[in-house]
Amino acid sequence: MLEIRNLHVAVDGAPILKGIDLTVKPGEVHAIMGPNGSGKSTLAYILAGRDGYRVTEGEVRYGGRDLLALAAEERARAGVFLAFQYPVEIPGVANIYLLKVAINAARRHRGEPELDAMDILLRVRSKLKLMDMDESLLYRAVNESFSGGEKKRNEILQMAVLEPKLAILDEADSGLDIDALKAVARGINAQRDPGRAMILVTHYQRLLQLVVPDRVHVLAQGCIARSGGWELAAELERTGYGGITGREGGEEARP
Amino acid sequence: MNAPVHHAVEYYLGEFSRLAPALPGQHLPWLRRAREAAMERFARLGFPGRRDEEWKYTPLAAIEKPHFALVPSAPGSVAAEQVEGFALAGTHLLVFVNGRFEPGLSRPEKLPAGATVVSLREALEGDAGELAARLGRVPENVTPFAALNQAFMTDGAYLRLAPGTKLLKPIQLLFLASQPNLAIQPRILVLAEEGSAATLIEHHAAIGDIGYFTNGVTEIVACPGAAIEHHKLQQESRRAFHVAAVVAEQDRDSRLASTSFALGAALARVDIAIGLQGEGAACTLDGLYVAVGRQHLDHHTRIDHLKPRCRSRELYKGILSGAARAVFNGKVIVHPDAQQSDAFQSNHNLLLSENAEVDTKPQLEIFADDVKCGHGATVGQLDEDQLFYLRSRGVDGGTARAVLTMAFARESVDRVGIPALQKRLDQLLPALLPRESEGQT
Ligand SMILES: Nc1ncnc2c1ncn2[C@@H]1O[C@H](COP(=O)(O)OP(=O)(O)OP(=O)(O)O)[C@@H](O)[C@H]1O
Ligand SMILES: [Mg+2]
Repeated sequence: MLEIRNLHVAVDGAPILKGIDLTVKPGEVHAIMGPNGSGKSTLAYILAGRDGYRVTEGEVRYGGRDLLALAAEERARAGVFLAFQYPVEIPGVANIYLLKVAINAARRHRGEPELDAMDILLRVRSKLKLMDMDESLLYRAVNESFSGGEKKRNEILQMAVLEPKLAILDEADSGLDIDALKAVARGINAQRDPGRAMILVTHYQRLLQLVVPDRVHVLAQGCIARSGGWELAAELERTGYGGITGREGGEEARP
Repeated sequence: MNAPVHHAVEYYLGEFSRLAPALPGQHLPWLRRAREAAMERFARLGFPGRRDEEWKYTPLAAIEKPHFALVPSAPGSVAAEQVEGFALAGTHLLVFVNGRFEPGLSRPEKLPAGATVVSLREALEGDAGELAARLGRVPENVTPFAALNQAFMTDGAYLRLAPGTKLLKPIQLLFLASQPNLAIQPRILVLAEEGSAATLIEHHAAIGDIGYFTNGVTEIVACPGAAIEHHKLQQESRRAFHVAAVVAEQDRDSRLASTSFALGAALARVDIAIGLQGEGAACTLDGLYVAVGRQHLDHHTRIDHLKPRCRSRELYKGILSGAARAVFNGKVIVHPDAQQSDAFQSNHNLLLSENAEVDTKPQLEIFADDVKCGHGATVGQLDEDQLFYLRSRGVDGGTARAVLTMAFARESVDRVGIPALQKRLDQLLPALLPRESEGQT
């Protein structure tokens, strides 16, 4: 589904990603861990199509297509979804309205008739329940004055509603209390599907105990320093990043 | 052909001596004198020039040059179906065509005892004694345009509320222009006596893509405890000129909510002047201007805090694209007596193109010491992070920009507590947003 080959990315002339290789097959869940500033969000943004990055080398193929040639919205319509590490607040746009324009953008793209507000609400209600979210959040402005936990739940809600093929979740678990973490994990697990791939960026083994990944990668200084199975996450929890990056322990991993 | 400035004044003077005898209410000596005094004042002042600090950003040449006709050629050229496109549901509707009241197109519903709503012509053709105090004088501080309106005013609306009278439904005053090259001088007077309440929607629009000049004056007198809302929806033809003054005097504990939606006209300028003349009076002035192409939309507001414990709030927002221009000039003057004044003013602008330009000038002049006053002004572009967030959800760039632009306008629309007007604005605004190519910055 996703093939990243020798990807080099620079921001403002400074190299951030320095040769990433990663292959994710349908149905797989990959975890990406790594110290602060190692380039995890940069990788997530590059896949989602954010402006401001320069790919200096390498390529990314998605379902056989050149992913980097597509605009952000085209990627989304082709099934790529990014849950933001820092979800953006949009005053003046109701959460339910965002869901409506997003769903209808995808439907228009597929040549399906657009849904009205009532259809959208019916679709969203069951997912709200899954995420243990109050319906009132739908009528508030997107992420505006949402608590940290509500923002993260809201990202997973959007994923659940949009049903992407490739979901990249950038620290969906940071800043969550225990109940919220469970809700987010429930939302992610409900989306696990043989046809769907996921990349979980996380600092914590906690999430990976609830959403067990197929592969775990450690990103350090712009490269994948190590890859392994679930046990790699457990090892990192004990040893920190020091042993892997060759540095004197990683920075304290805090969101 | 560059006519010198005084030609315009001579033209209006000539028209005045020709038309004055037939203007309504000329049997009233006080009104005759008031019209003459106003005409003299206009002749003395002439059109404000670029050297006039208050007018230097407003390009008036286009209004000055044409010899607009002051009398429409034939009344009633608008059909009932055409009115339907502008009528708002749930209002007392009064329709004016080319400045003249059209009873056949209007549908005022039954008003409570104590409320009088009549056309100005009708009011002036009666004994009109109670109007003398208001229409009989030419305040010194009015603009030359207000003086011109005073001289030529022919029709409009007179709303009087007896003490305690409250209107449940808004009154919609719909001014439709259908004849090109006309100068229309609508005049609205609201006398709200103690404890009364009413909502007025002043709506200006055109049938067809015609050029004309609307020069309106709206006066509001709010007696103690009265609560008046005045919502102005300006959707004149894109070739028209619109100049208007809204003047309010507020007595003790009165409330005024004013909004100004400026969407149409080639050039529009609204001057709003509020006098908070009684203790505890409060006003809210809100506005939204959406200027496209080469449109020029100005708002100049002035709030005088004259007595203690008055409150004023002001939020104006602007959306500009193409090579549009806008001016927001907001003056708040806190006079020496006005202790414990509470005034806050803000103006936020969204520029959707590199060639659009806005001049924003909040001015606070404070002559009392125990006051709470503030202001804020911003000029910015759409937020890149918000755009990316929407695009990452599959929304194309053009739609994302439109969604965010509407979101910027949302606050102003939401502040109007009239569902029918909100709905109308939600229909009108998207059509004014730039297409993909124009919107790029
Ligand atoms: N727009 C930018 N301009 C300059 N430097 C940038 C920019 N974006 C990212 N960087 C730098 O790139 C590096 C990688 O940042 P990135 O956000 O990808 O890290 P991360 O692995 O997600 O970190 P964290 O765990 O703290 O979220 C950092 O050193 C960051 O400062
Ligand atoms: Mg990050």
